[in-house]
Amino acid sequence: MASLELSTLVADPSAIDQPYELDSPLKKRRIRLRWGRGTILIIAAAYFILPFYAGMEYSLQRPTGGFSLTPLSQIASAPGFGAALWLSTQLAVITMLGVMVLMVPTVIYVHLRLPRFRRVMEVITTLPIIIPPIAYSVGVLESAPAWLRNSQYLLAVVYVILAMPYVYRSLDSGLGAIDVKTLVEASRSLGSSWLMTIWRVLVPNLRAALMSASVLTLALVFGEFTIANVDNWQTVPVWIYLAPTDNPRINTLVAMIALLATALVLILIVSLDRSQSRKSRRAQ
Amino acid sequence: MTLATDTAVLPSADASLPTGAPVVFDNLTRRFGTTTALDRFSLTIAPGELIALLGPSGCGKTTALRVLAGFERPDVGRILVDDKDVSSVPAQRRNMGMVFQSYSLFPNMSARDNVAFGLQLRHQRSAPRRLRASELLDLVGLSEHVSKYPHQLSGGQQQRVALARALAIEPRVLLLDEPLSALDAKVRAELRDQIRAIQQRLAITTVFVTHDQEEAMSMADRVCVMSRGHLEQVDTPAVLYSQPATAFVGQFVGVSSRLPVTRRGANVDALGRDVPIRGDLAGLPTGDLEALLRPEDLDVRVNPGGLGVVSHRSFFGATTRITVGLGGATLKIDVRSSEADELALGTRVDVSVTARDVLVTTPQPVS
Repeated sequence: MASLELSTLVADPSAIDQPYELDSPLKKRRIRLRWGRGTILIIAAAYFILPFYAGMEYSLQRPTGGFSLTPLSQIASAPGFGAALWLSTQLAVITMLGVMVLMVPTVIYVHLRLPRFRRVMEVITTLPIIIPPIAYSVGVLESAPAWLRNSQYLLAVVYVILAMPYVYRSLDSGLGAIDVKTLVEASRSLGSSWLMTIWRVLVPNLRAALMSASVLTLALVFGEFTIANVDNWQTVPVWIYLAPTDNPRINTLVAMIALLATALVLILIVSLDRSQSRKSRRAQ
Repeated sequence: MTLATDTAVLPSADASLPTGAPVVFDNLTRRFGTTTALDRFSLTIAPGELIALLGPSGCGKTTALRVLAGFERPDVGRILVDDKDVSSVPAQRRNMGMVFQSYSLFPNMSARDNVAFGLQLRHQRSAPRRLRASELLDLVGLSEHVSKYPHQLSGGQQQRVALARALAIEPRVLLLDEPLSALDAKVRAELRDQIRAIQQRLAITTVFVTHDQEEAMSMADRVCVMSRGHLEQVDTPAVLYSQPATAFVGQFVGVSSRLPVTRRGANVDALGRDVPIRGDLAGLPTGDLEALLRPEDLDVRVNPGGLGVVSHRSFFGATTRITVGLGGATLKIDVRSSEADELALGTRVDVSVTARDVLVTTPQPVS
């Protein structure tokens, strides 16, 4: 084989020495694709950055001209903001705990015992997106026990329902990336109870999915306006739009900060998701 | 890397390790919808014995293992371990180590933490736990990889960690569910020897599920051949091969050729020779039957006027397997490779039966 001439293996040996054809259709298609992507990215970035810039400019611009960071320091002392932030934080924590306690065992159970039920679960968990929030807000209010009906924590119950589509999908895709059945059986054969198996084996391997579900829930609670407003509770989004302040620029500034925080959090989710995919590819 | 396959290089058996437990599958039936995975399956396994459950896909071997592990409940029947009925004991309380077909290491734990997991659940303190895990990883030849995570280990290494993890809890029974099927041939052969050496060293009762007859025959003390949920035959590999009890075993274990024969009382006429029928004659029809013949049960000689024609040759080193077309039958015959030169493709040959007795079956319908 060593003496075999290269020319005997290649139909047109002269083609080997030729430089890469710049005008090849493949190259053209790549350039077109790159341009297409670039244009979409620029339009999307402009759609996000321009209003953000306008909001920040409105909030931080001095009447006399130039910019000042003073409004940032005024946020904390703005009337009602502290209470709204505290309420939203409480609701976010309760909602996250509630939705996780409800969904983690449910999704694991569906994956292990009722895999054919996954489609049905997908449809059920999509309902909160389809049904107008106001409808089940009234439903929850009507069916809630009297002691909870006038409590601000009733909102958390509604938010658990609202967060379900996002949490279900995150967990479902996280569980889809690992061999749940084998891991559970391996853990149980070693003497582990169900709770211990979930806590020591499944949850650590669902870290990215749980993180993504938590962050989406957090973003949802800090962004939901309609139901909180209808139920007359002043959460951060309600405060942003309705609170009477001496300086309306502060409301805008808080809205911009919330927007920026949400964007950063979403970038974080994407990075986590990518690192999880890389890990599972390596594991395979 | 050198595997610790020689028992001489294995650490001495821990005196605290109990020897294996006797296991009894007592008349087990397990149905999934309309499918009967196990059909009145009974089997007794002696303490310290390695038994292989062998059979084609869907024969019920994995279901039998899962019922023993506690992952499936039998519809009927009992599982006895150490003479105690464990049928309703949950999997986590059965103290059985299991190695799975797919890689089952916990991805978030290092090799040592995986092995130590079962000990941690048994509230063993950190220092002795880590020491025991390291010892077991050393036993399976992975002392250099204790801190590595599953994704940093090869398939063979992962299965060895899984074996160490299963052994760490000092199980009464070791369950192996096709642990080698995802590995390449060389690693598979090495790990096969290593598992057998460790099993013998620790004298642990082991149930090994496989569809690979070579694996079963080379590792097991006894092989249990299963078909459609029931036991066909259980015996030592040598007896299974030389005296298959049923046509299914004869065909599934080893290589068999089917030769049309005619029954004459307790004998059959096989290529002009009267050969006694092996086994029970009751229920066997008279007239046309088929004999199941091993490659070494036949002899082949060159004869220009012979009725057989060599149609294929496979070289196996010391022996060469010759395939001969004779009438409607296709016969596989092993000859010494030094004598195979004259048996070129297309050569006309005579074939004779040399077996002392033959297993016969009703003719297989032509598909």
